[in-house]
Amino acid sequence: MSTILIIEQVLNGLQSGVMLFLMAAGLTLIFGVMGLINLAHGSLYMVGAFAAAAVAGVTGSFVLALVAALAAAALAGAVIEVAVIRRLYDSDHLDQVLATFALILIFSEGTRWVFGSFPLFLDIPDALSGPVTLPGGIQYPLYRLALIGVGLLVAFGLWLLIERTRIGIQIRAGENDREMIAALGVDISKLYTLVFALGAALAGLAGALVGAIQSVQVGMGEPVLILAFVVIVIGGIGSIKGAFIGALLVGLTDTLVGIFLPEVLKLFMDAAPATSAGSSIASMSIYILMSLVLIWRPSGLFGARA
Amino acid sequence: MTETILATHGITKSFGALKASNDISIDLRPGEIHAIIGPNGAGKSTLIGQICGSLAPDAGRVELMGQDVTGLSTDQRARAGLGRTFQISALAMEDTVLENAILGAMGASGRSWRFWSAALGDRSLRTRAEAALERVGLAESMTKRCADLSHGQRRQLEVAVALTLAPKAFVMDEPMAGLGAEGSKNLTGFLDSLRQEAPILLVEHDMDAVFALADRISVLVYGEVIATGSVDQIRSDPRVREAYLGESA
Amino acid sequence: MSRETLFNAALLLGLIAVPAWAVMMDEPFTITLATRAVILALAAAGLNIALGIGGLVSLGHAVFFGIGGYAMGILAHHAQSYTPLMEWPFLIEGTKFMPVIWLLAVVVSAVAAFLIGLMSLRTTGAYFIMITLAFGQMFYYFAISWSTYGGEDGMSIYIRNDFPGLNTLVPIQFYGLCLAILVVVLIFTARLRRSPFGLALNAARQVPARVEAVGMDPMRLKLVAFVISGVITGLAGALFADLNRFVSPTMFSWQFSGEIMILVILGGVGRLFGPVAGAVTFVALEHFLGGITEFWHIFLGLILLAVVLFARGGITGLVAGKEATHD
Repeated sequence: MSTILIIEQVLNGLQSGVMLFLMAAGLTLIFGVMGLINLAHGSLYMVGAFAAAAVAGVTGSFVLALVAALAAAALAGAVIEVAVIRRLYDSDHLDQVLATFALILIFSEGTRWVFGSFPLFLDIPDALSGPVTLPGGIQYPLYRLALIGVGLLVAFGLWLLIERTRIGIQIRAGENDREMIAALGVDISKLYTLVFALGAALAGLAGALVGAIQSVQVGMGEPVLILAFVVIVIGGIGSIKGAFIGALLVGLTDTLVGIFLPEVLKLFMDAAPATSAGSSIASMSIYILMSLVLIWRPSGLFGARA
Repeated sequence: MTETILATHGITKSFGALKASNDISIDLRPGEIHAIIGPNGAGKSTLIGQICGSLAPDAGRVELMGQDVTGLSTDQRARAGLGRTFQISALAMEDTVLENAILGAMGASGRSWRFWSAALGDRSLRTRAEAALERVGLAESMTKRCADLSHGQRRQLEVAVALTLAPKAFVMDEPMAGLGAEGSKNLTGFLDSLRQEAPILLVEHDMDAVFALADRISVLVYGEVIATGSVDQIRSDPRVREAYLGESA
Repeated sequence: MSRETLFNAALLLGLIAVPAWAVMMDEPFTITLATRAVILALAAAGLNIALGIGGLVSLGHAVFFGIGGYAMGILAHHAQSYTPLMEWPFLIEGTKFMPVIWLLAVVVSAVAAFLIGLMSLRTTGAYFIMITLAFGQMFYYFAISWSTYGGEDGMSIYIRNDFPGLNTLVPIQFYGLCLAILVVVLIFTARLRRSPFGLALNAARQVPARVEAVGMDPMRLKLVAFVISGVITGLAGALFADLNRFVSPTMFSWQFSGEIMILVILGGVGRLFGPVAGAVTFVALEHFLGGITEFWHIFLGLILLAVVLFARGGITGLVAGKEATHD
């Protein structure tokens, strides 16, 4: 087991972690501010990926594709917020789950209707394709490295937005006290639409960025959505910081355990059963991680409320 | 006889920098009504929470019938003989009055693990529940849904559910809250007779009721008991007048 | 008789009359559809106990459905390939005998529900939903990676398993068996709702603080309800696998958890026959809308949205109005 492999896998884990963060940040923000559990967040991820693939297919420009992804996801988010979601803020979680599950059905089948069942492909832009040589002679795909950079940049931007801007103050106030913020004269329904669209745009961005290294297809959003749930359960619902730490933990655990556990098991048992047992356990590793965190802290690492 | 039914020994609880309970020692003796009064934010709810088990004290202990119950959960304390009522009625609103009372009878008799026979068909549960409802004057409303009760009736039911437990001690959190003059008077009369059955630790804002009922009063200010004594002693205690009565008058 | 009782009676009558008609008209496909509806109703009846009475919004009930399915798949797979399930420390062979399969399904579901419940019930609200969902996903990925039993492709079982005294290959006989189980479970549910446990659980959903204050532990009540609920859904999974003679990881999928929940909501949460009304409607929609367009899930989504936003009582609520008080 070489150091190079380890570093490579750590980078892979980081890359999937920061992309997860883009999903989880929106989810946790929406939960923290509006108290809404949004299953359709994965659909917005998918919308972003399809918009990007469609625009890249026509124009050939990756930048335009990303812009399209952000715009389409934000727009879709704003539309469903106004049409459906805002009726759910005062409902119980069961209604929220069902209504947003209904939205998944509509989004997924609608997308299948428009684009068909075959996956679309979104190419990595030429400028970012190919490997780059890191210090120590490690060859690593430039695009993945760029994803880590973009993810960290967005995380920083989000931190600035929430800590340093007027809107951020309103968002933080909204988390604590809805009536208070209404009393301050902030148009709460506009704020909610804005937060929802922001979360949607982050999801759409993640969908487009990841879509370039995986295929763009219906149903791509839900596995990521559930991982993002694991992330925010670990991090504590409503906490952006928790989402960030949780996302990195989940990304790294998922990647590293999958690669290294079979190797470790091979030290103790035959190769074939080691590979099979290793991959079985690895597929459950993040859920085991989540259980451990919950036993230790039932409301997550940075969660205030249970 | 100075045996105590319920007692706290030096319980202390902080929330961050705020000391919500500071070394509180109070006791409840057979046949008495011991009222806890204090201005808003004095830590009455925190105290009740620690006595009933929803909050764990940072230090000190709670004793029921001479037994340390500090480590017991709320439901264990209820089974050990603590019957509480809530400041804001905590009733199963979708269920009927009788069903709510039966819930208490079930908990007290440990019959909650029956999956087949009908709860309302259990004669012993029903007798117990109906007796409690009759005592508080809800016999006529047994088949009403809780949600359809008036506020006053809910307060009565709140007391009735505690009665079904046949507890060793009552802990009542503002039972008069929101009752009109008539309702308060009735409930005062009822609690007056109840103390013979089991002593009552009474947290109450209604001073008429407190002065009419209490054998002893403890005054809680900023998480500390500043005085304990008879109604007359408390009325004339200068510290109490300054800290509490002076403010609220 | 209340309108709800009439509605329930009509549903039950339909579940007898329609397949009877199908036998006379020699329409085996209709019987298969009815069997599907009955088994889905059973799965939803399981969830209805946790969700409807206990208020536990479990988005991971496919776990139990899948466990039931794999209990059937694994036992039947070993029976049909004449390989023992395990040889050490003692020999266990596969079986094609339904009661044994059901027993395994029920026991494993109960253990899984107990462990998942123990973990998830430490939390409430949104955490509970997400955690049950995550545990469902854990089982899903485990099934995919479990190559011994088909991995992602699942397993086909060539011949339906046996039940003493019945020829389960005859559609109407298998249907009758499933319906009988559903009826037994509904009778049990009806008793449960009025039992002391049901009353306590119902109160634990509404006011946990009250339940504690009268000396009961709401978490234990909910845990037991979760186990009962999981067991019933697990049994439904074993039957479902036998209906299709096929099991695959999709039985564990979170979409399926969502669908079970839809059945309950569509029919009416907490209503005794809600799962039945929901499952019958679902299968009918799937069949008729699915015949018109392959994108029928769009319409299912719209209907579900309409129910959530405008018709909280589901179909039972629309037909029979608000629930009457007991007694």
